[in-house]
Amino acid sequence: MSAATATVGTTTSAWDRIRSYSPPPRFLPLIVTIALFAGMFGAGSVRYENFGDPQVFLSLMINNAHLIVLAVGMTFVILTGGIDLSVGSVVAMSTMILAKTLQSGWSLPAAILAVLVVSTLLGTVLGLLIHYFDIQPFIATLAGLFLARGVAYLISIESIPINNETFMKWAYEPLTLWSTYWIRWSVVVALVAVVVAAYVLAFTRFGRTVYAIGGNESSAMLMGLRVGAVKVGVYAVSGFCAGLGGLLFALNTPSGNSLHAVGMELDAIAAAVIGGILLTGGRGYVFGALVGVLVLGVIQTFITFDGTLTSWWTRIAIGVLLLVFVVIQRLMTRRQPA
Amino acid sequence: MTDTLIPAPSPAPAPETRHAADRPTALARFLGSTLVWPILALLLLLVVNVVATPSFLNVRIQDGHLYGNVVDIARNSAPVLLVALGMTLIIATRGIDLSVGAIAAIAGAVACTRIVGAADEAAVTTAIMACTWALVVCVLLGLWNGFLVSVLGIQPIIATLVLMVAGRGLAMLVTDGQITTVNNETFSDLATGYVLGLPIASLIAIGMVVAAAVFTRRTALGMLIEAVGINPEASRLAGVRARTIIWTVYVFGGFCAGLAGLIIAANTNSVNANSLGLWIELDAILAVVIGGTALTGGRFSLAGTLVGALFITTLARTIPNVGIPSEANYLFKAVVVVAVCLLQSPRARAALRVRRPATSKGATA
Amino acid sequence: MTTTHEERPVTTTTQHAGGVPAAQTPEPVIEMRDISITFGSVRALDGVSLRLLPGEVHALMGENGAGKSTLIKALTGVYTIDSGTIVVGAAEHQFSTPAAAQAAGISTVYQEVNLVPNLTVAENMLLGREPRFLGGINVRAMNRRAAATLERLGLDIDPRSVLGDHPIAIQQLVAIARAVDVEARVVILDEPTSSLDADEVEKLFEVMRRLREDGVAIVFVSHFLDQIYEIADRMTILRNGRLVEERMVADTTQLQLVKLMIGRELEALERLERAAANEVSTTEPVLRAVGLSRKGSLEATDLCLYDGEVVGVAGLLGSGRTELARLLFGADTADHGTLEIRSERRKLRSPRHAIDRKVAFSSEDRKAEGVIADLTVADNMLLALQASRGWLRPIPQATRTRLVDEYIKALDIRPADPNALMRNLSGGNQQKVLLARWLITEPELLILDEPTRGIDIGAKAQIQAKVAELAAKGMSVVFISAELEEVLRLSDRLVVMRDRRKIDERRNDDVTVGDVLEIIAGQADAAGSRIEEESSRD
Repeated sequence: MSAATATVGTTTSAWDRIRSYSPPPRFLPLIVTIALFAGMFGAGSVRYENFGDPQVFLSLMINNAHLIVLAVGMTFVILTGGIDLSVGSVVAMSTMILAKTLQSGWSLPAAILAVLVVSTLLGTVLGLLIHYFDIQPFIATLAGLFLARGVAYLISIESIPINNETFMKWAYEPLTLWSTYWIRWSVVVALVAVVVAAYVLAFTRFGRTVYAIGGNESSAMLMGLRVGAVKVGVYAVSGFCAGLGGLLFALNTPSGNSLHAVGMELDAIAAAVIGGILLTGGRGYVFGALVGVLVLGVIQTFITFDGTLTSWWTRIAIGVLLLVFVVIQRLMTRRQPA
Repeated sequence: MTDTLIPAPSPAPAPETRHAADRPTALARFLGSTLVWPILALLLLLVVNVVATPSFLNVRIQDGHLYGNVVDIARNSAPVLLVALGMTLIIATRGIDLSVGAIAAIAGAVACTRIVGAADEAAVTTAIMACTWALVVCVLLGLWNGFLVSVLGIQPIIATLVLMVAGRGLAMLVTDGQITTVNNETFSDLATGYVLGLPIASLIAIGMVVAAAVFTRRTALGMLIEAVGINPEASRLAGVRARTIIWTVYVFGGFCAGLAGLIIAANTNSVNANSLGLWIELDAILAVVIGGTALTGGRFSLAGTLVGALFITTLARTIPNVGIPSEANYLFKAVVVVAVCLLQSPRARAALRVRRPATSKGATA
Repeated sequence: MTTTHEERPVTTTTQHAGGVPAAQTPEPVIEMRDISITFGSVRALDGVSLRLLPGEVHALMGENGAGKSTLIKALTGVYTIDSGTIVVGAAEHQFSTPAAAQAAGISTVYQEVNLVPNLTVAENMLLGREPRFLGGINVRAMNRRAAATLERLGLDIDPRSVLGDHPIAIQQLVAIARAVDVEARVVILDEPTSSLDADEVEKLFEVMRRLREDGVAIVFVSHFLDQIYEIADRMTILRNGRLVEERMVADTTQLQLVKLMIGRELEALERLERAAANEVSTTEPVLRAVGLSRKGSLEATDLCLYDGEVVGVAGLLGSGRTELARLLFGADTADHGTLEIRSERRKLRSPRHAIDRKVAFSSEDRKAEGVIADLTVADNMLLALQASRGWLRPIPQATRTRLVDEYIKALDIRPADPNALMRNLSGGNQQKVLLARWLITEPELLILDEPTRGIDIGAKAQIQAKVAELAAKGMSVVFISAELEEVLRLSDRLVVMRDRRKIDERRNDDVTVGDVLEIIAGQADAAGSRIEEESSRD
């Protein structure tokens, strides 16, 4: 931008330069999270035998593929300053719809389509309620939580097994990466979701409007951006992701069950927060959500490897991490000019 | 039922205390109050039940206790009512507490492990000591939430999310991951006992509602809570110490959640840290919203919350009663949430605005 | 910065290179004719007209409630007009949304920067019309285009930097850059300078001049008269929703301008029965402020307040009168300076500290900072007293009733129903309730910021009478009002503010409105006291 300096006094430009020079604090939470993940993984490798095995990392991805997708959807919503409590229930509903439709003889593509359409539709309806009737995201998606869980129960109270051959092949067929290391298709889907989401958020008008709404909704409106459509859109995206997450969940646990994924919305929110996405909206990256999920996963792995620690330490550890990140976020927003 | 318990209407009554009989416009005030809708909805549910089962409202006396659907509803609504009570005050300050379910689980866990660990597991004092311990812990947890919200200034929904996530882990830590079963008459009486033929759980819950009503309406707390909830900046300029007030309501919320947790644990004589009080925060918020307290804070109605809690419990009872599988309860709740929100949404309201009675204001001028 | 203190020669023309000498009027870019807007029963605009010529800076002048922002919002499609026409070019228009106005080349930059702090400068400038490539945003092209626009305006800002990392002044300039990028024919700057320092203002003016050279019509709203005289070519003056006059800036002295803005509408108010101005006690002051200041709102100010005295604060909107009051009360915290209350040095960190020291403050913004709309009249009255007692010690029922009834009667509050909801009262009655709120705390110092704004004449007279009565009883009162007559009628001592500082202080011995206007307009000789004189003529 040196070309433009000619006409303006040099004092301001120098002053300007100094002002804008400090390292961007917006990357800080993400850096912290990545460091945290690396540190935990490193500590685990030192402490436990086989922890450092790449397959442990790959398993982390496999076991949490569905959560990654949920966190991606949640990222969109949180970036606008909203929240989506319905995703856990939508996962359960999705597994039920899949299992039920397959059971009643639908073809696999049709069943998958049904899942994605229903979940996206539900998200859209929630978005419409939130935007057009000014209902708080929290309460509207609470209705979504009840509704999806209710639909799941309505389909069946019992667990329905999934035994579609193609589906099972996707579920269990390992994709060998190199020598003995492998992943599953679910990981591929999850990573594709992350990449697509990252592209959309960074390089499309929709994505940038998401950030703009989170930064200042009324400004976004005055800038002439399509706030309404985007706000509805993020809940549709979240619904879609929850549906997709449900499909991936079914790959790991091949059954439809209305008790699946209870409280998973909390994991998704926690992953997003730990990944450095500001809960008040406007800041954060979808990549952070991915790392956030991995941090949650590594905590779990840690506890599995350590025989003495019990499983409930996972939740406590997540809670503590959440606290730390929430306080960091608070301090960050406090520094920023009003 | 609160009218009879709250003494003379003060100049700052909640809407529910305002329709005191001595006012000429009592009916008009009642019709204009936020209580109309929840009460009508509750009545509608009862009518549906009576149509489906004509004997629904029957109450009989057996072994000196009252039995019947209505009594069951009153008893079953106690935990939600308690949690919703605390939530009402929190929401009135523009806050929310997501951690109450986890707090309830912790309360149950603490109480049960203390009872199991006591020298005399069945003694009355054991139960009392255990419950006291549990409630002290809950008050501390409330202090924690209040600290995050009022001192650190973290958004309530986020601040309480921390404990919501970690809380069940803490409860598991207390119970060591076991489903702890206790054997203590006094403790079980919390949920299943009767005094004067009435279920103790309901008496506790109603007692707390009355206490809260007195607590807020006979002191200045209620007025200051509403002032902070309606207009924080004007309150600040008037010298209101919002921090203390906000802190107080979170502590109270923690205490109520603890009581609810104890009753739930007593009901099964056991605690399962994973499932105790699961989603009770959502039911409680729903009860508050049904009761006419807006999620945006400000004026609150304890009587409304009472009706809201009864409504939710009655709904759960109604569904099997009219022959729908009880799992559909969730669907109905979803419908209720949407309906209530739409009723409260200014945009939706504008379409179907009910004219407020013009006589209520300035009639005495 | 000031260009004039003396009568400005009528012959002075614009000295701006590219400025269009407004005498030979070209076709207006936009003309608003006879615009009226009514909100409920309030006539916010009454037959106002506005002409904007290409290549001019057009100042829109007026005090609070004059209708400036309503007019702007009518032009930009935020409000729909009830009657009148808007002519753009040759065609008649009525914009229903801000987007429609924008499409017609009308861009607005508001006082609060209406951009998104978490996006880059380039995104803030171009979002919504960014260059695209295969469905995605072409970031390179976007940055290039933003850089070009910034360069055109002579701004050295990295388009890739995040907006929120820049100081507010730069953000303001980016907002203008966004407005300009749409090929705007009209750029509306609504109080863009209110939080900028002198250097930043200069930079803004630089940009404005460039735009003027390019033939853009600029609507400029500012409360700083010096700025108006430095940059504006023509101005339209509004008062109480009506058009007062459209004038050339060069043909109008500051005194004339201030007179036109404030007006002198005689009111049917009886002259208050008052003893001659109370003798200022030379004893210990209730409050003494030394060098009180806060960045962006008030420059170092000294002030002493005494018992039984009404100190009137006069000044235009944005002169620092409200800011001064807020600092005295601790509603905002001062950056520098000391405050002594009853000779004790105090740092007021919150209103609560001030209240405990018997200071009371009624804000000018009744709705946002005074009224608790959903509580009753009684609760609103007792709020401050109750707050200082703490919630555990409720005011006894008997005391409540007595206090509330007493003040309802004393201030003639209607309806005289303690249980009426505050939101259902008229503005005047709400104001009386707020006054009661503070009187109930028995303050020794009462700061009233615009207590009579927007209320009916009857309530106004009652409040004024009450203020006089309170002072007579020994209370120290600070009375701030945009209406000079009112300030003069009530006060024993007069403080005049301008450009965020105190420029004059004198006993109110036969001071006339004309005197005050002259002081405000900056005519030192007429007023006979020292005024800031760091004139930096350009």
